[in-house]
Amino acid sequence: MNESFTFIASIAPTLLAAVPMTLVLTFLSAVIGNSLALPIAVARLSGNVFVRYPSAFFIFVMRGTPLLAQTYLIYYGLGELLPGSWVQQSFLWPYLREGFWYAVFAFSLNTAGYTGEILRGAIEAVPRGEIEAAKAYGMSSRMIFWRIKLPRAVQICLPTMTGETILLLKATSLASLITVWEVMGTARQIQKVTFRVYEPLLAAGFIYIVLVFILTRVLMIVERRINRHRLDPVAA
Amino acid sequence: MDTTLKVEDLHKRFGEVEVLKGVSLAAKTGDVIAMIGSSGSGKSTLLRCINLLEMPNSGRVAVNGELIRMKSLPDGTALPEDQKQVERIRSKLAMVFQSFNLWSHRTILENVIEAPVHVLKVPRKEAIERAEALLAKVGIAEKRNFYPNHLSGGQQQRAAIARALAMEPSVLLFDEPTSALDPELVGEVLQVMRKLAEEGRTMLVVTHEMGFARDVASQIVFLHKGQIEEQGDPRELLANPKSERLKQFLSSTRH
Repeated sequence: MNESFTFIASIAPTLLAAVPMTLVLTFLSAVIGNSLALPIAVARLSGNVFVRYPSAFFIFVMRGTPLLAQTYLIYYGLGELLPGSWVQQSFLWPYLREGFWYAVFAFSLNTAGYTGEILRGAIEAVPRGEIEAAKAYGMSSRMIFWRIKLPRAVQICLPTMTGETILLLKATSLASLITVWEVMGTARQIQKVTFRVYEPLLAAGFIYIVLVFILTRVLMIVERRINRHRLDPVAA
Repeated sequence: MDTTLKVEDLHKRFGEVEVLKGVSLAAKTGDVIAMIGSSGSGKSTLLRCINLLEMPNSGRVAVNGELIRMKSLPDGTALPEDQKQVERIRSKLAMVFQSFNLWSHRTILENVIEAPVHVLKVPRKEAIERAEALLAKVGIAEKRNFYPNHLSGGQQQRAAIARALAMEPSVLLFDEPTSALDPELVGEVLQVMRKLAEEGRTMLVVTHEMGFARDVASQIVFLHKGQIEEQGDPRELLANPKSERLKQFLSSTRH
């Protein structure tokens, strides 16, 4: 038992060194994915079927297939296609040889699919009366979208979106399967080298729990700030 | 005479049901028209057709002499020809809703300056000054930085009235402004509306408050089944109703 702790202490620096990679994966995928979610939600609500159906199909596929399958498909699929194409000659190539950008790409698309659907629901949940008031005061539909519907929708779906971000943080562990050395990948690496099964997993699990705890707190502060109209006046 | 608002032969159908069967109405500057009638008589629909929150099937609406241009569609409905014109005219017809409909993600002050700044393009600083004066006028100056959810119904409705006044509208449309309020909060809202009437503002008020209609309105319009059954001077009309239906309606609303 004691020996296990000593071992965990010895591998801790290596695992902790992988934390920034996990955080960067989470951060980039969340930013890119949530930004893509907006056009996807808007397209999903469009009256034009050539815009709406592709968006609905994208959401359907992203939510209907395992993230691991998506990650593999993007990594190996694009990995087959890109070499030999113009991309190999371009400035992008040094980046596209790394699993990292494929992971970011896969996680972003997946997040975009999930959050796009959540955002669509939230946009539709904006109270009709508030939209009517905006119309009655002469706002154009564009203005109503940007100034009333979208900010209200973001408030409505914020708790769900923060939940999605927590899930994303844990999902970044899948990047270990395409050679990205974040926390999980590093733990597996240690397993292979030291023939220890449990300690690296326990240590990695502990790191994730701490990260999730911190992220939850941070997002809660953000949520309170954005949804302060729901709190009682004294706290606001 | 300068007619601020003119409604002619307005028809509105919801599916098979004809809710408005040719309603005409005119308001001169400073008129306060109270619209009464039982529920389902079409009074709210009439109000909502005036600023095109509902599209009338046919009829004409003119504000300050400017006719809203509509085009009829083959299926019997109609659409505005020019959405920009609709938005411009809507900004002159400020509406106060039964359920307030304040924008809940914005503070009271932000609610009041929202449309002046973004629709009328009033400079922000000027809009804020005016908004503060209006909030003081309706008696909730100290609530300027609160969110709507933190206010009582009566305070929210007064904020909504300040939001309407900030547009410096030609006509104020009130859609049952006190119906969603607790009884003890009705008075504070009616008092503000009374003050506005005394200032000579042109108002169209759908209401169940007979006392308000009698004392404040310059004209009462009684709607029944989508038509104007009777209209005229408030005291005269309430004291000597001519039509059977108005007599019935009044006896059912008197306590």
